[in-house]
Amino acid sequence: MISQTKKINKNTIQLKTVKKETVLGTLKRDYQLWIMIVPAIIVIVIFNYIPMYGIQLAFRDYDFTKGLTGGEWRGLFYFKQFFDSYLFADLMKNTIFISLATIILGFPAPIILALLLNQVKWKRAKKTLQTTVYLPHFISIVVMVGLLNVLLSPNTGIIGYILTAAGFGDVNLLGSTKTFVGVYVLSDIWQHCGWNSIIYLAALSTVDPQLYDSSKIDGANRWQTIRHVDIPALIPTIVILFVLGMGNVLGTGFEKVFLMQNALNLPVSEVISTYVYKIGIISNQFSYSAAIGLFNTVINFVFLYVVNALSRKYSDISLW
Amino acid sequence: MVLLSKKSLGDLCFDLAVIVLCTFVFLIVAYPLYFVIIASISDSTLVSTGQVTLFPKNISFFGYKEIFHDARIWTGYKNTVVYTFVGTAVNLLFTLPAAYVLSRPEFRARRFLMFVFVLTLFFNGGLIPTYLLMKGLHMTDTMWVFIFPFCVNVFNLIITRSFFEHSIPRELHEAASMDGCSHFKFFIKVALPLSKAVVSVIGLYYLVGHWNDFFTALVYIRSNDLQPLQIVLRDILLSNQVFSQGAGSGGAAGGYAQQYADQIKYAVIIVSTLPILIVYPFIQKYFEKGVMIGSVKG
Repeated sequence: MISQTKKINKNTIQLKTVKKETVLGTLKRDYQLWIMIVPAIIVIVIFNYIPMYGIQLAFRDYDFTKGLTGGEWRGLFYFKQFFDSYLFADLMKNTIFISLATIILGFPAPIILALLLNQVKWKRAKKTLQTTVYLPHFISIVVMVGLLNVLLSPNTGIIGYILTAAGFGDVNLLGSTKTFVGVYVLSDIWQHCGWNSIIYLAALSTVDPQLYDSSKIDGANRWQTIRHVDIPALIPTIVILFVLGMGNVLGTGFEKVFLMQNALNLPVSEVISTYVYKIGIISNQFSYSAAIGLFNTVINFVFLYVVNALSRKYSDISLW
Repeated sequence: MVLLSKKSLGDLCFDLAVIVLCTFVFLIVAYPLYFVIIASISDSTLVSTGQVTLFPKNISFFGYKEIFHDARIWTGYKNTVVYTFVGTAVNLLFTLPAAYVLSRPEFRARRFLMFVFVLTLFFNGGLIPTYLLMKGLHMTDTMWVFIFPFCVNVFNLIITRSFFEHSIPRELHEAASMDGCSHFKFFIKVALPLSKAVVSVIGLYYLVGHWNDFFTALVYIRSNDLQPLQIVLRDILLSNQVFSQGAGSGGAAGGYAQQYADQIKYAVIIVSTLPILIVYPFIQKYFEKGVMIGSVKG
């Protein structure tokens, strides 16, 4: 009996040492690989994971002598402050409205454009068109908003002039609470629709030509070919991009909204991300701002998770 | 016979619709861009009264002349060029080797590390903790804040990893390691030269990202000497600080400048976008390739 336990012990010890050696062995074998990846790991840990650790700030009073995590514990105080603030309803409404409008109008646009481009048989025309529609994507947001400002300005902009000439009177498209979201969404489509169509074009280029031939033999016209061959070929790409887009529902682009804001459109243009910036960076209310930011991130993540789960259930396509 | 001609009539209508729609799309996208160009060299009074539509009128280069004298724009330009090139070099230096490692099947930790990287796409600390970290690291108000934070973009990392994984035959590494080739050597002598496509595509993504970066400077930079072009552009285009202290001085010059403010704005848009417009035709052919590489399932 005793000898047996001894034997087992001996065996396990041996097993352990063998295992240890392999770990060491792979480390030794792959040391060059580790050297190549360690810089990237360090950067990601410092700039992505340390701020995650710093989320505690949302539950503490920020004390600049004690750093990110040294202040006094306040629990959900700052979250309550946000939910109770008179701005909460407006911020939520604006953020959700702008995001949903961008998704509902902006999401189908590149799909339609890709289907259209795919129908252009004349190579040179297709190329010219593609070159043109990709271009605005490379214009910076500042220039884009600057462009909107000079074109839409009611006194000196060309579009303002056209609207006046057409009898709409002096409409200030950028300074009106009614038109802000429209201008935001349409200009976004103008800028990114072409670029976003590339991925659908790539998916369309992988369609088996035999499918087109056989649909022709079956007597399908070109519209029917689009409906029954092209669109089904795009479905997986569409679902994945839709899930990703929904995961960002509250993540409405800070930069463009921030740059388009002015005193007149503020009631509809103040969104969570711009508010976080103003409260945190400009007014130095770090804990309050961190709490709002965390609330935003969590809602985003929940959205992503739910949409992904639904997508997996109904279409078998999911991110994870 | 009747059926055949009917079908071709339908096709004809379809083609016509395609042509009409395409022309519409082309004009909608191209005209505003063209308009900015002609407006930048036309008399601004004519522009604002809608008389400049197809060709520039009363051509003058006043806007460009003013820009040429403005010190802020040149400082911004210089800063942006430095941040863009140094930044992109650092991006590639960190991203490429890491992507190579993550593509090696014998690398034990690769699944775990991939998870560590990908998680950051869905969850982050948010603006304030990041801001305080940068402050703690004394990176605010230095040029390093443009270079090191986020110098590994996880999307680009995944694209590059997929490329290494699918386009570099496994046998190649086996053969090379048989001959005693180390990973360093294989990466530099074999993997990189075979991956020019993906290197140029993610290099381009990084380059454009740095050139257009506005947020970093807005949050982390206070000093005027460090402002990149985008911040200067914001001041001119949106805050209407059109050369108030620019060429000549005194109230009269100020009023004079105000009168031509719009022409200057159009010219500023052209000048700041020029580098991208120049490079654009040369890089355009890589776009589809880039997205194809990115869409390879990994």
